[in-house]
Amino acid sequence: MRLESLYQEIILDHYRHPHHAGLREPFDAEVRHVNPVCGDEVTLRVTLKDSDAGPVVADVSYDALGCSISQASTSVLADLLIGRTVSEGMKVNDEFLALMQSQGEGEPDEDVLGDAVAFAGVSKYPARIKCALLAWMAWKDATAQAMVRQ
Amino acid sequence: MTFDVARIRKDFPILERTVRDGQPLTYLDSANTSQKPRQVLDTLADFYERHNANIHRATHQLGEEATAAYEGARATVAGFIGAAEPAEVVFTKNVSEGINLVAYSMSNASAAGQHGRFALGPGDEIVITEMEHHSNIVPWQLLCQRTGATLRWFGVTQEGRLDVSNVDDLITGRTKLVALAHQSNVLGTINPVRAIADRAHAAGALVLVDAAQSVPHMPVDVAALGADFLGFTGHKMCGPTGIGVLWGRRELLEEMPPFLGGGEMIEDVRMERSTFAPPPHKFEAGTMPIAEAPTLAAAIGYLTEVGLPALREYEHGLVTHALEALREIDGLRILGPAEPVDRGAAISFTVEGVHPHDMSQVLDERGIAVRAGHHCAWPLHRAMGVQASTRASFYLYNTHEEADALAEGIREAQRFFGVGGG
Repeated sequence: MRLESLYQEIILDHYRHPHHAGLREPFDAEVRHVNPVCGDEVTLRVTLKDSDAGPVVADVSYDALGCSISQASTSVLADLLIGRTVSEGMKVNDEFLALMQSQGEGEPDEDVLGDAVAFAGVSKYPARIKCALLAWMAWKDATAQAMVRQ
Repeated sequence: MTFDVARIRKDFPILERTVRDGQPLTYLDSANTSQKPRQVLDTLADFYERHNANIHRATHQLGEEATAAYEGARATVAGFIGAAEPAEVVFTKNVSEGINLVAYSMSNASAAGQHGRFALGPGDEIVITEMEHHSNIVPWQLLCQRTGATLRWFGVTQEGRLDVSNVDDLITGRTKLVALAHQSNVLGTINPVRAIADRAHAAGALVLVDAAQSVPHMPVDVAALGADFLGFTGHKMCGPTGIGVLWGRRELLEEMPPFLGGGEMIEDVRMERSTFAPPPHKFEAGTMPIAEAPTLAAAIGYLTEVGLPALREYEHGLVTHALEALREIDGLRILGPAEPVDRGAAISFTVEGVHPHDMSQVLDERGIAVRAGHHCAWPLHRAMGVQASTRASFYLYNTHEEADALAEGIREAQRFFGVGGG
């Protein structure tokens, strides 16, 4: 069934039980991104802290309204990026973007993408790619703003 | 002639194809764009194969034929909507362009320091409604920003009807124009245009009707509606994309400044200034959608042959059936009138626990094409207290069996996402 290949169990799990949900303080930057096609929206906060390896993502908190793909993607993002350095996070972000643009042909690296490999099937549905990318674009925007403030 | 949906379906080649690994196509997205019958497709090909030339300026036989086809289409449109004369019919790209034409003409009148009904300034008001498509909201917001006029709007009741309780407060001597949809693209609600137009005219205001969702489905007569301007688009009524119509009363079109400048819309051009052609050509700058005009006329011919009263009656039965089928589904909320009274063939709904995007994905998997999102009516969705909805919209080629397939698909989505009574 194609539906099962799109809606992998990991995606449905994150959708039903999102990780790190809610907006928390303190935070260094907050952004609100919307998908003008469907009205899905996410408000996302990023908190950074210093480390020897450079700035680290201390927290990602969010309030997201949207479909299963966008909700699950936000939850997976928070799981993956909290605790990573910003530069590592940006690499994961690039990898996820490349996967979404792969038109179903991508071979995702599970070591880099973790649970996010479950979204590989989304890349076959052009109308849903924006759903999966909504939070990732928001995170990139918020992190860039937080870096400037630091 | 009786309405025979099986025979009608045979006219639409696309309905024979399959989608998503061999599923028959159940096309329930006609409020977005309709499918095209063979007769319309043949007209487009015939124009390009036999009559193609530019219009009004080619001094050869093909130019004469192309011009006759284009102007003949204008006359067909005029007859179809009860215009007083073909010159009242301006061809546009779509309804959005038609509305922008009026809005920009008004700000051009304002910028030129003109007075009268088209010039706007602080203290003047434009009245719209909360159930408009973005194309009947944004041009007026921009116009108000350019001129200092104020935008006001009718609200929507939770039943999805226009809230006219404060009409006396909204339509006043300050109102310059009232713009509203004949039929909501989301709710299906058919608005009491005539009553509102009468109020607007009594206050000295003009009335623009967005008829994108009504003209394809019912007989529309511009005089009976009491409109001053009325816009609709070809692609939602079995016609081609790229062509729409703005109808306006002749005396208004005469008085209005142009919107787009360019070739064909002029009378005389000097380096210092120009004078303009009479309507409708004043508003048709540049090379127009030439082939699309006779193709639109073919769509009108097709709908006329089927018979709009018969089409409307058929759709009424179809919508009645679909509403009954949907009402039986636990957790399903219909946005807009739940009864088939003063409502058209678009049904938007939400289902508890299944986001509209996910709903449309499951339906698509079964070959059922619907639209998910805010349908270019974000303020309306906010007013109804929902973020997005799924819309199934029916047309003359849809069947009761397809409405049943929709209901079954919705139940399947509920099962897949583990919600509802199933």
